[in-house]
Amino acid sequence: MIWLLAGMFLVTYIPRLVPFLFARQLDLPPWVQKWLKFFPYAALGALIFPGILTAVPGRPALAAGAGILAAVSALFIRNITVIVVLAIAAVLLLQNIGIP
Amino acid sequence: MSNGLPIALGYLPVAITFGILGRQAGLSVAAVTGMSAWVYAGASQFLAVKMIASGAGFFQIILATLILNFRHFLMSTVLARKIEVSANKAAALSYWVTDETFVLASVHARPGGLSALGFFTMAVLAYLAWVSGSFAGGMFADLIPVRIVDGMGIGLYALFIALLIPSARKHWQFALVAALSALTAWGLSRLAPGLSEGWTLIAATLGVSALGTLLPDAESEP
Repeated sequence: MIWLLAGMFLVTYIPRLVPFLFARQLDLPPWVQKWLKFFPYAALGALIFPGILTAVPGRPALAAGAGILAAVSALFIRNITVIVVLAIAAVLLLQNIGIP
Repeated sequence: MSNGLPIALGYLPVAITFGILGRQAGLSVAAVTGMSAWVYAGASQFLAVKMIASGAGFFQIILATLILNFRHFLMSTVLARKIEVSANKAAALSYWVTDETFVLASVHARPGGLSALGFFTMAVLAYLAWVSGSFAGGMFADLIPVRIVDGMGIGLYALFIALLIPSARKHWQFALVAALSALTAWGLSRLAPGLSEGWTLIAATLGVSALGTLLPDAESEP
């Protein structure tokens, strides 16, 4: 097990580390910089959907509803922790009624 | 720079679930805790546990881990250019690059960059939640109410949504890119179910961000 963990550590850490050693000094052309600027937002989109449909095992509609609640809350609330707590509370409260 | 509390809240139930599943797959409490402490990459840990349970070999698991976690290369590339640090500190900071610390740091950071200390404090809190949650899940697997932990799994998605909405409102370009990327990820998961989550994320991020470069610039840069 120790070798498996060590191997998993290495192949996970190296891709995390390498850009910190090289990408910082690189003088990237403007179009690459613009490309990089969109990475976080593209990543967010792909992280949210379709994964959210399986966020609560076997309850896609409940999870999607809580996601919509989080989105609406984010229009009014800036504090991210509050939004996370709201979504969790909504799922825990509504878990017992028959939303699929 | 926001702190790591929302990430920690999101990680805790997922980490507990990981601890429980790890024990069910036959790993010791030390092994599940150690994997969380050393590898610190949720999706790959769940995959490794699944592969261990099904009798996969050492190199198969290592390769699957590399493939799934290679997406962090993209995230580190963005963060390395935003965080001002020396090479030594960078080596330490990069260990804490995850999907969640990346999006929080890159989307939520004040314009003009992000301090190394700010990233560090956020990331360490998230890390502690991940490791301690894995330990608790492994240690108390039988006592934990699975339904509640399952329900709390929505937390990380609420975090992602809460990060996206303000930027998407400010710049339609970001909203469009995020929406197209979600559709792409969904399409890929339908058309190529064999593709790992890691490649789906990489393909959607690289491809749709490239389309984004064709969009007109926002009047005020974020």
